[in-house]
Amino acid sequence: MKIHEYQAKELLRKYGVVTPRGFHTVSVDGAVKAAEELGGKVWVVKAQIHAGGRGKGGGVKLARSLDEVRQHANDILGMQLITHQTGPEGQKVRNLLIEEGADIKKEYYVAALTDRATQKVAMMASSEGGMDIEEVAHSTPEKILKEFVDPLVGLTDAQAEKLARGIGVPEASVAKAVDALKRLYTCYMETDASLAEINPLILEGNGNIKALDAKFNFDSNALYRHPEIVDFRDFDEEDADEIEASKFDLAYISLDGNIGCLVNGAGLAMATMDTIKLFGAEPANFLDVGGGATTEKVTEAFKIMLKNPKVKGILVNIFGGIMKCDTIATGVVAAAKEVHLSVPLVVRMKGTNEDLGKKILAESGLPIITADTMAEAATKIVAAVK
Amino acid sequence: MSILINKDTKVITQGITGKTGQFHTEKCQEYANGKNCFVAGVNPKKAGEKIFDIPIYASVKEAAAETGATVSVIYVPPAGAADAIWEACEANLDLAICITEGIPVRDMLVVRNKMKEKVAKGGKETLLLGPNCPGLITPDEIKIGIMPGHIHRKGRIGVVSRSGTLTYEAVAQLTEIGLGQSSAVGIGGDPINGLKHIDVMRMFNDDPDTDAVIMIGEIGGPDEAEAAQWCKANMKKPIVGFIAGVTAPAGKRMGHAGALISGGADTADAKLAIMEECGFTVTRNPSEMAKLLKAML
Repeated sequence: MKIHEYQAKELLRKYGVVTPRGFHTVSVDGAVKAAEELGGKVWVVKAQIHAGGRGKGGGVKLARSLDEVRQHANDILGMQLITHQTGPEGQKVRNLLIEEGADIKKEYYVAALTDRATQKVAMMASSEGGMDIEEVAHSTPEKILKEFVDPLVGLTDAQAEKLARGIGVPEASVAKAVDALKRLYTCYMETDASLAEINPLILEGNGNIKALDAKFNFDSNALYRHPEIVDFRDFDEEDADEIEASKFDLAYISLDGNIGCLVNGAGLAMATMDTIKLFGAEPANFLDVGGGATTEKVTEAFKIMLKNPKVKGILVNIFGGIMKCDTIATGVVAAAKEVHLSVPLVVRMKGTNEDLGKKILAESGLPIITADTMAEAATKIVAAVK
Repeated sequence: MSILINKDTKVITQGITGKTGQFHTEKCQEYANGKNCFVAGVNPKKAGEKIFDIPIYASVKEAAAETGATVSVIYVPPAGAADAIWEACEANLDLAICITEGIPVRDMLVVRNKMKEKVAKGGKETLLLGPNCPGLITPDEIKIGIMPGHIHRKGRIGVVSRSGTLTYEAVAQLTEIGLGQSSAVGIGGDPINGLKHIDVMRMFNDDPDTDAVIMIGEIGGPDEAEAAQWCKANMKKPIVGFIAGVTAPAGKRMGHAGALISGGADTADAKLAIMEECGFTVTRNPSEMAKLLKAML
């Protein structure tokens, strides 16, 4: 689960990481009021969306008067902000963060994430702050330093100092950088984050260290023990169909193609998508109905797939294990009838009670096309939509 | 022969009194020598009772001491599953198989590091399979987990995969063309797990009753590439490889917690390329995994 920058900073402050002062607002008047309350002569008006690259897309503007704050807030609120992470249609800006200006002397990058290979927490730091870190990793990987932290020990002073000195933090500010790194690590662990990134972490003229921008991602398996983080969830930033699907315990992700697919198991679902592509079409979605696919779940899955106007055909691929093919066949027939299915449907079933399942499909009176293998199913659905 | 388990393995079920644990324990008992293999359950509140004639003990340690069991299978719900893994480890079992899906990553990080620390200090190593996996099976001998037993046949092909239903797909293809399996192993779809592809490939390589292997992976993480490099230098048996997720977009979690592209090296295309380079026969068509393997024997 992702959160906004202003929420990420709220979390960081709770863990003692210093950030610029700022206020979240959803209106132009609110933006001006926030600037008045902050005082000073320079403010930053920042679009809040769940995607990076906001500055380049025109979503972050510096203001040197209250009039400019008003002007920028007016321009940014409601705009379709397009960044390299939003896709070409962009994301509508509904939230702003108004912050005091900062005296930036140097920008660094620091982050915590789980390293799968070592099964430790990787604390990363770079002197190249403020840039797209993937670009840094690609062109100058030696500029990204990593320390692997044993969760039973935690981030040690020695590790944090090595990172701070390694990225060139001046000696007078090393202790402050170490403090920020250790607090970031604690925040990462205690909130069950899967990514906690401060980019940039800045050195100010007076030697202070501050988090100027922050990005968090959380482990959805652990949200049950963090109601305070669940409260940060912003449904406006998420795909409406994916939210709807999650209510029925369906793992659904919309894609760009025209063949809807409904599969049990995540691996088999991806393999089905890949097979559709291999045989000349593109999948319209990823959809894993999981282990206990009831008629209700299958019906909802059909409804969600068919909401997508691009869908010209549906491929159902079920490997009956514990879930029997006849149960699924009954569900598919009921769902197809309830949604008055008008696009071609290919069903491939394998495993437990396969013959019974096929019989139910054949006797349904519906024009369901059956197939024995994934390849045959893909060939048939691709032909049917052409 | 087979890897990890056989008809003489004695198994403890952790979470035997829950709905999932009960359902699958009964199916496992019905399969091959299951009646003799599943010898104990654990639930501190129901110690002394029985379920399907299986005695329930208060702890894994006690169950192991009383029955001589060396393997446990875990169906405990996510919030308590990492503790259940640690309990199996503290009882010095040979192998713990965790079926549970949805365990917080931090819990797995902590328990994996505790397990490694124990071994570093000279303690006995307990292998972990999973979590978020279907388990493993040695056909006609024993099945530990949630896979449908009837699709398997005894034979000489090894199968290893992160995905449950994709393992079943490979097994069914093999059985259909007359190739049985030595063992089929689901290593699970979570980012922090126990046995990885490389570990299972090593075991298949050493198993005199395995002639060839189907290795199935998916997007996310470095495991398949690591296994491929190892195989290039060490594997003496033919391998067919498939990676799911060529069409998966970057940055999206595709059902499995671990199925997430987070860089350039963990895409399906990148993994397929490395596997091919390391001597695997790779395919982009998952319907022909068994057929390709047969042609190599």
